[in-house]
Parts: sequence; structure tokens; C-alpha cells
Amino acid sequence: MSAVIEGHQDDHHHGPAKGITRWLYTTNHKDIGSLYLWFSFIMLFIGGAMAMVIRAELFEPGSQIVSPEFYNQMVTNHGLIMVFGVIMPAFVGLANWLIPMQIGAPDMALPRLNNLSFWILPAAFGVLLATFFMEGGAPNFGWTFYAPLSTEYAPPTVTYFIFAVHIMGASSIMGSINVITTILNMRAPGMTLMKMPLFVWSWLITAYLLIAVMPVLAGAVTMMLMDIHFGTSFFKAGGGGDPVLFQHIFWFFGHPEVYIMILPAFGIVSHIIETFSRKPIFGYDSMVYAIASIALLSFVVWAHHMFTVGMPIAGELFFMYSTMLIAIPTGVKVFNWLSTMFKGSLTFETPMLFAIAFVALFTIGGLSGLMLAIAPADFQYHDTYFVVAHFHYVLVPGALFSIIAAVYYWLPKWTGYMYDEFMGKTHFWLSFVSVNLTFFPMHFVGLAGMPRRIPDYAMQFADYNMIVSVGAFLFGLSQLLFLYVVLKAIFYGKKATGQVWEGAQGLEWTLDSPPAYHTFETPPNLEAGEAKG
Amino acid sequence: MSSDSSYYVPESSKLPIFMAFGLLLFVLGAGSTINDLGKESSNSYILLMTSFAVIWGVMFVWFSSVINENNKGMYSDQLNQSFVWGMAWFIFSEVMFFFAFFLALGYVRMFSVPWLGGEGEKAITNILWPAFEATWPVMVTPDNENFPGAEHNMNIPGITKLHTWLPFWNTLCLVTSSGTIALAEAALKKGKRAAFKSWMVVTISLGFIFVFLQGLEYYEAYAHMGLTLGAGIYGTTFFLLTGFHGFHVCLGAIILTIMTIRGFGGAFSEHDHFGLAAGSWYWHFVDVVWILLVLVVYVF
Ligand code: HEM
Ligand SMILES: [Cu+2]
Repeated sequence: MSAVIEGHQDDHHHGPAKGITRWLYTTNHKDIGSLYLWFSFIMLFIGGAMAMVIRAELFEPGSQIVSPEFYNQMVTNHGLIMVFGVIMPAFVGLANWLIPMQIGAPDMALPRLNNLSFWILPAAFGVLLATFFMEGGAPNFGWTFYAPLSTEYAPPTVTYFIFAVHIMGASSIMGSINVITTILNMRAPGMTLMKMPLFVWSWLITAYLLIAVMPVLAGAVTMMLMDIHFGTSFFKAGGGGDPVLFQHIFWFFGHPEVYIMILPAFGIVSHIIETFSRKPIFGYDSMVYAIASIALLSFVVWAHHMFTVGMPIAGELFFMYSTMLIAIPTGVKVFNWLSTMFKGSLTFETPMLFAIAFVALFTIGGLSGLMLAIAPADFQYHDTYFVVAHFHYVLVPGALFSIIAAVYYWLPKWTGYMYDEFMGKTHFWLSFVSVNLTFFPMHFVGLAGMPRRIPDYAMQFADYNMIVSVGAFLFGLSQLLFLYVVLKAIFYGKKATGQVWEGAQGLEWTLDSPPAYHTFETPPNLEAGEAKG
Repeated sequence: MSSDSSYYVPESSKLPIFMAFGLLLFVLGAGSTINDLGKESSNSYILLMTSFAVIWGVMFVWFSSVINENNKGMYSDQLNQSFVWGMAWFIFSEVMFFFAFFLALGYVRMFSVPWLGGEGEKAITNILWPAFEATWPVMVTPDNENFPGAEHNMNIPGITKLHTWLPFWNTLCLVTSSGTIALAEAALKKGKRAAFKSWMVVTISLGFIFVFLQGLEYYEAYAHMGLTLGAGIYGTTFFLLTGFHGFHVCLGAIILTIMTIRGFGGAFSEHDHFGLAAGSWYWHFVDVVWILLVLVVYVF
């Protein structure tokens, strides 16, 4: 059964334009999804190259290859690019490709806005990267850009940075308005909220978080701009302001932001695990409620990033307990994934391998997060490599693995071609080993007191740092293999069927692979139960 | 395309890429113009002005084509509902932008200024300027040499002198205009076009009076009260909160002016007037922000 109209090429009226203009003028969710994903992939290699510079510098103690000033620029831009240029755009790309197909809509609700949301991103990152060649060099104050490092002591390029952040924020806000509107308004008849695929649910809540906190980030950079150029004193104690205020505003954005980078991953992993366990997800309702409660709690935990800044004791306690509370809904999700696999007829194709690794390694990151949440203990851990280990565990084998898993899982659907399973598995095992080699030893050096964001370290940390660097180079190389697998599938892959995966459920699998340029020009009827897949 | 059983599927469009280009110019123009402030000769502002021209030009074409498409009946009920959701969530994002500034004001008033003055168990910041006394508004800043505080503040002067206090008239204007735009909408829905048009004119007039009075207040602040952006945290929060609000009033007034001009040109029907409705929600939003702002910036 297929909802695709054969011979849609007769429908020239809506076919894609030819050449480059197809990509510049497109309003098609599939084209825009591909643009986002390729953009994110390119930025992954740029941000990755910066990480390689960092690890080369830290390969041995002492000043090795770059100046401390340049090292700071590398750390800062690596973080900014990975967060705003890789993880977020990749998730938006997946949302574009998948949400309309999963809810039975022809496209996103506001297609022209959708094009705009994408094309301002390369503009913003182009400007950010251009600052490397400007007077004073690129931003060097860390991806958290704390005042006064980012105000009084910042290079002049901070002004471009501020406007670039504004544009990134605008892109996210417009993208999220589009996602929310699509989900609330464009579902096929019969798709009630509690029947929506979990990826759609996770994005509905993510989009809400984005619209709530990106404007706060815009407020923060605006205050910086005023302090730097127009004499205000938001973050200057001499005028009655407070640099700590910056941290509060930043983390009011920042903590929901880290959940923005993980909630869509929860949705992806749920789909992959149910497919390769050949069982529906265990506890669908509790999955939805868990995502929602994580999102709500994420608004009241921000100051766990500031335990050492000098808060009143009541604040320390409040933020410690509220942070620990988040572990409960997170635990619900992890146990639901395990229960879905329990007694399933499991197979271990590449997407499933990445999904299982996600569950295991993300949990490690969650547990180190719990350690950091203990305020008195955090006085020891704060600003050490232990924190670096924590957030890399949730972001690399967490968010990034989920994106890679999603690409393997849906690539046959998008392109119509299978990837090479052997190469995919090779990519997985190389990534899995090297990611742990890179980030696990960071826990040890962190607990022993190695500070983050410093280009040199004491002799005692030398051995572990060398292991970490070797792991990092290996991980970087493995991602070139990923590029190879994707290109090989697109150009030389075997034809994929519409169903692709035996156990896959959901509307997108009822379509051909690749789906027609416009799918669901008439809504599929779910009430009749025929489009269940 | 507007039949119920099929969806609206859009054509590809050149508008967004031009807009993206305009925004790229804006980032470069705004960045270089601001960085060149105080330099003798700089042409960066030309780039900034060009970006504004591109952005406003594209916006004009974009909105015109949406209006045309709607008039041709290309839009389904579903698409119109999408516009409603889109506008609602856009306003929510604006609310959160103001929230950041209200948060900043609340934080300095409740925590950091009292701490600088020596209050609280963790108040080590007091050792920086032991002579500083915490009051709100902060008229004498901790480092009063580098951040000279204002001589006068804008707080409410007491009930008998209310009529001399500009924010009072501002509040009157804005609250009234929120009512008159509701009357305009109601008149339109009943098909009373003459009443609709006159209420719109009243609304935008009140809006522009507000902007004028706000400008007058800023002039007073700078000319006679020593209250400037550089006057420490009080001036900072005062100007940024009222400034961003004033900017939004301008924006809202421009939107409503365009809607009024369109209204005089015969646009909007009793059932189909989303542009006007969206403008009116925006206006109510600006009004609500003002009321909160009067309370925390001027009164308490
Ligand atoms: C059970 C869940 C989690 C808990 C309890 C937790 C707790 C914490 C705490 C207390 C810190 C501050 C450490 C310090 O600076 O001293 C932190 C840092 C961080 N966390 Fe988490 N976290 C959790 C999940 C996540 C997730 C899901 C992500 C992202 C996907 C994430 C990303 C980060 C990042 C990026 C930082 C470091 C920010 C910086 O200083 O640059 N965390 N976490
Ligand atoms: Cu956090």
C-alpha cells in the first residue's frame, strides 16, 4: 500500500527547479532538510578541525604548536560551531525531512519562512568565521562568553559575534515557529496528539523551549553590546550592575539549550530501538510525559552552572535539588528503552548499534551530571576536565550519535539507496572505541584537578592527555569514513524498498524510497487504519 | 487549491534568499558601523543603510505577494490557521525577549545592589566600595567618578502632581488605544467601515503621541536630569526597558498605519482581516508590557 502517486513527474507544476536555484529558492521541506543536514555536516568538519588543533596542542605538556591566544579562539569557536552550527541545524534538518512525512502533511506550514531560516545560518557562520581574519582575531572568551571577558576584555570582533548570534537566534526562532505550527495545524485527520510519533513529540517540546529561550540569549548579547559600546553598566559593578547577572541570563538560556540538543535525540532513539526490537516502544505515554517534565524542569535548574560563583546557601540548595529531580524523568526514558529491547527480536544494524551506544554512553553522561549537581562536590569538579568529560558524553555519543543513527536509519528512505552495512558497522566500531578513548580519561584528569580551557598542563596529566589526543584523532578520521559511506550510498548504493526496515512503523515507511517531491498532497486517512504502515 | 481535501503546496520563491542577503549585509553593516563609532571618517554606515533598504524592500514585496495570493483565494482555512499560530508564537518570543530585561532589573534590585551595599551573608562585593549605600533608584553609583549617577529620577512624584508626570499621560494614551483598536475591529466585523476607519485613525494617533511623549521624556532626562545611558544601573535599566518598549510601539504603530492605509484602500472584509487582527494582537501585547513596565520601572 502506498500513498505515492506514480508518475508525479507529470505534475511539472511543482517539480524542483533546475541547478543551483533549486537550492536557493526552494520551499520544499525535503530540499531544506537536506540543506540543513549538509550544512551541519560541513560545520562538523570545520568544528572538528578546531578540536584537532586543541588536541594537538594538548598532546604533550608545554607550549606546542599554537599561541595561547589562538588556543582560546579555537576553544571558543569549536564550542560555538558544534552547538549552534552542528547539533542544532542537524536536528532542524531532521525535523524538516521527517515531521511532514510522519504526520501526513505535504510540507511545513510556512515554507518560505523555512527557506529563510536556513539561508541566514550560512550568513551568520560565514561572518563568525570571517572574524579570524579581522583585527584582534576571532572571539576568544569561551562559548559561554562570560562578561567581562566578552565585554571589557573582548577583541573588537565581539560586535560581529553579537550580531551573528542574533541571526542564529532568529533562525532558530523562525524554524521553531514553523515546527510548532506544522505539528499543531497540519496533522492528518485521525492523528491525535497522543498518537504522534515520538520524534514529533520531542520536536514539539524542543521548539517550545527554543522559542522560550533564544530571545533571552538575544537579550543577553544586546546587553553586552550596550555595555561595550554605549556606556551602560549591566555587567559593571562600578555602575551598580553585576557580572554575575550575565551568568544568570546566559544559563537561563543555556540549560534549556542543552535539552534542546538532546530531546530530539530521545525521539530518534525511540524510533530506532522499536524498529530493531520489532516491538512498539514500551510506555509511550510515560515517554511523552518524561520529555515534557524534563523541559519544564530545565527552566529552574540553571544556576547549577554557578555553584562556585558565590550564591546564597538557599540558592545552592534549591538548584542542587531541582537538578537532581531531572534524573527521574531521564531515568524513566532509559528504562523504557531497555524494556523495549527486553525480549524483543533484536537485530544489530548500524542505526541500532548507534542507538544502543547512545543509551549506554548518554547514561554515563547523565550520571556524571548527577555528580556535578551535588553542590559541595561541584566546588572540586567545576571548571575541570571532569565537566568537559560530562558534557562531551551527553553531546558526542549522545546528541551526535543519535544524529548519525538517524542518518543511517532514514538515508535509504531519503535517497532510495542502501548504505554499505559493513562499512557502516566499521564506522560504528571505530567511533565507539575512539569516543571512549577520547572522553573517558578526561574524567580522571578532571577529578585530579586539570583545569579546562588552558593550553598547558602539569606533567602528572601527560599520559592520559596523550591517550585522549590519540582517541580524538582517531574519532576525527572515523568521521571521514562516515562521509565516504554516505556518498557511496548516494552514488553507488543498492536500491532500497519503501519499507526499508522489516520492523519499521509509521507513515514515512508507507511511502516510496525516495518519496515523491511532494508527499501527501491529499491527507492520508488514519481513521480508516489503512495508513498505519 | 483551497478545497478541503487537498493541501496548499507552495511554489519556490526568490524572496527569502534576498532577505537572507539583506540580513548578511545588516550583520556586516551594523558590526562595522558600531565598531567605527568615534572614528573620524568611516563609510560603514553606507553598508548598514543598504541593508535596511534591502530588508524593507523585500518585506514590502513579500507582504504584498501574501496579500495578493490571499485575495486570489489561494489560501485554505488551514493555511490561515497557520498564520494565526505563527503570529501567536512570534508574540510569545517577544514576551521572552522582554523577560530577559525584566529579569535583569529584578536581579539588580533584589540581589546585586543590596549586596553591594553590604546586605546578605555572601555580600563580599561590599568590600569593593565600602562607602556605597544601596538605594533604589541608585542615584550615587559605587564608582561614582566613572559612572556618575543621575541627579533626578523618573519615579512617580505623588498623586497631586500626577498631571506633571509624563508616564501618566503615556499610560493613558496606550491603554485607551488598546480599547480603540478593539472598537475598530468590532466595527469592521459588523461591516461599519466608516467607524472602523475613524477608530483606526484614533488608535494610530494615540500611538504616535505616545512615541512623541517618550521622546520628550528622553530629552528631559538627558537635558535636565543627568539621567543618561551612562548613569549607572538605574539609567541602564530605565533606558533599555523603556527603549525597547518604545521601539516596539514604533513598530506596532507602523504596522497599524499600514493597516489603516490598506483599510482606506478598501482592504479587509468582515471575515477575512488577518493582517489587522495580527497587528491588533501585537498592539495589545505592547500595552501589557507597558503596564508591567510602569509598575516596576516607575512606580515601585
Ligand atoms: C541528568 C542530567 C544532567 C545533569 C544532572 C547535569 C548537570 C550538569 C551540571 C551540574 C553542570 C555544571 C558543571 C560545572 O560547570 O561545574 C553541567 C554542565 C554541562 N552540561 Fe549537564 N547535566 C545533565 C544533562 C546534560 C545534557 C543532556 C546535556 C546536553 C545534551 C548537558 C550539557 C552540559 C554542558 C554543555 C555543560 C557545560 C557547560 C559549560 O560550562 O561550558 N548536560 N551539567
Ligand atoms: Cu545545565
